[in-house]
Amino acid sequence: MTTKIFIPRDSSAIGLGANLVADALTRVTQSNKADVQIVRNGSRGLIWMEPLVEVETEAGRQGYANVNSNDVDSLFKTMFAGGGDQHEKSVGLVQEIPYLKNQERLCFARNGITDPTSIEDYLGNDGFKGLKAALSLDGKSIVEIVTQSGLRGRGGAAFPTGIKWNTVLNCPADQKYIVCNADEGDSGTFSDRMTIEGDPFVLIEGMTIAALAVGAAKGYVYLRSEYPHAEEVFTEALVIARAHGYLGDNVCGSKRSFDIELRRAAGAYICGEETSLLESLEGKRGLVRPKPPLPAISGLFGQPTVVNNVITFSSVPFILANGASAYKDYGVGRSMGTLPIQLAGNIKRGGLVEKAFGVTLNELLYDFGGGSASGKPIRTVQIGGPLGAYIPEKDFDLKFDYETFAAAGAMIGHGGVVVFDQTVNMASMARFAMEFCAIESCGKCTPCRIGSTRGMETIDKIIAGEDRSGNTDLIHSLCDTMLHGSLCALGGMIPFPVLSAMKHFPEDFCLKPDANKAVA
Amino acid sequence: MSTDHEAVVSAALEKYSSTEGALLPILHEIQDALGYIPSDTIDVIGKGINRSRAEVHGVVSFYHHFRTHKPGRHIIQVCRSEACQAVGALGVIEKLKRTLGIDFHESTSDGQITLEPIYCLGHCACAPALMVNGEPRAKMTPDLVDSLVNELRTKSHDD
Repeated sequence: MTTKIFIPRDSSAIGLGANLVADALTRVTQSNKADVQIVRNGSRGLIWMEPLVEVETEAGRQGYANVNSNDVDSLFKTMFAGGGDQHEKSVGLVQEIPYLKNQERLCFARNGITDPTSIEDYLGNDGFKGLKAALSLDGKSIVEIVTQSGLRGRGGAAFPTGIKWNTVLNCPADQKYIVCNADEGDSGTFSDRMTIEGDPFVLIEGMTIAALAVGAAKGYVYLRSEYPHAEEVFTEALVIARAHGYLGDNVCGSKRSFDIELRRAAGAYICGEETSLLESLEGKRGLVRPKPPLPAISGLFGQPTVVNNVITFSSVPFILANGASAYKDYGVGRSMGTLPIQLAGNIKRGGLVEKAFGVTLNELLYDFGGGSASGKPIRTVQIGGPLGAYIPEKDFDLKFDYETFAAAGAMIGHGGVVVFDQTVNMASMARFAMEFCAIESCGKCTPCRIGSTRGMETIDKIIAGEDRSGNTDLIHSLCDTMLHGSLCALGGMIPFPVLSAMKHFPEDFCLKPDANKAVA
Repeated sequence: MSTDHEAVVSAALEKYSSTEGALLPILHEIQDALGYIPSDTIDVIGKGINRSRAEVHGVVSFYHHFRTHKPGRHIIQVCRSEACQAVGALGVIEKLKRTLGIDFHESTSDGQITLEPIYCLGHCACAPALMVNGEPRAKMTPDLVDSLVNELRTKSHDD
């Protein structure tokens, strides 16, 4: 019988040597004439275990963590001696690993289990069930189900998805568009990348359901240029989906037409902002558009456009397949469903944790994450990318819930948690926030374009000890202007990391705690 | 315009002649082939898609990804973002600059290696990360920089 061995093709796994392991294993199995099939699966999201090699057994998949090419000979011998769990790299049955077992995987149900570009694997693991359900409904009913599910935009803004779709549905137009924002630029986030590299059909299915809901015939995926491996997988997946009739002029024999074009971005962080993204898709500089009009009314090429994040679209197939209440039963308050949270930076067990809303930061950092990678105490975390506030240890009991975070002056954003240990210098991080804003500002509005550079200079003066109290007042005043006067979230939110760093860690700026004002 | 530039540009214009908002795909096509967007191509691209030279230049200069100078044979793109900084990216960057003797956006004097900053490669759970000619390297350390640079120099020497 053919033995299946899984080695991820996820780019983080490749960065840790997965391709070298796959090559070595191919050589060993060939020279031993072993009856082995090597499958390049997606990643389970247990990134700290990558390359995680899995071997199919009767009991389930036996895992081997942090395998390198030198382990391959001994691994091969152990596997075929029938004592797979005796090897020093063995982590037992993968499905029993607590990190994985204690998650609620709806979006990431298939990641790491299937071959990303095998449509048979996708179909065999509940794939296209949501689309099938959607094809029997009219647009209004699909929108109704998505609204009922409580799904909110997972890119960061958390706007109710059903309401957005309803606006597009009710906008009469000859051409409407579905745009997927895969410009995952926030540091500490990689769930979009993992979805596209590990389960691309779920995104295709989600976008197709959106198209059926609002009556769109054309979709775009705007994917980062920093993600060449995701581009490769998604290009392959599109060809396969078309060949099997899931995209094209007659989606699943429904006489409905929908196709997706993959567009590569070009390294501008601002293009993650939806109006800037639309400008970029139109072939222009990624300058932010003033709102209104909303993209839902006048978006790409002036037409009604649904713009959603990868994870938002990827949440939709489960909702259509299992019903709004099955999704809504997860979560707390107005934050319903699950969120793929990414543990990053200085964390012992970094990776992807999909949990229902309501999980606390403490559970994530210590139960899942195992504390810092360095072994030193965790000092702070930044959540929601470079525009997210720095959260001090005293607030680690915060529950993941959009409203709870907002009340604490923080944001969940795209769910990336970047961990820092005691060695971090928060004045440097505050300066970096301003520098990042200066580099990435599109330049359209003055508070962001000029404010970020002045902010950087002023923080430099504070660090150098120049009129600390006066310059601190100046930073507060500048941040107030940026917060209220910027056109979009880049200039409007960069004050959050800056002010939270000054508020919670004044000692790093050589400031007395009482000299600080509360974060606006 | 040199003939090889001309061939690449006209192929790119032809390929995307019926694509809406095609400027980014055209520029990617050109940079994928030549490694950068040569200044003598701007005018031709503009004429090809009925946009002004200034508009095309504006787009090229807006996006960090597009280069206006020919890069080295090997391109190292190293992440500067917070998650990588939390586990020592600044040390890796410092080591790269020192070992190569160049700053960001520069190439080594032999024209072999170009160093570029990047904001996030999505390897934040196995940081610090960088990308060499499009291939990721995770959990980088200053020591691994030495072996990486040696590896690239050997490759250049062998060819």
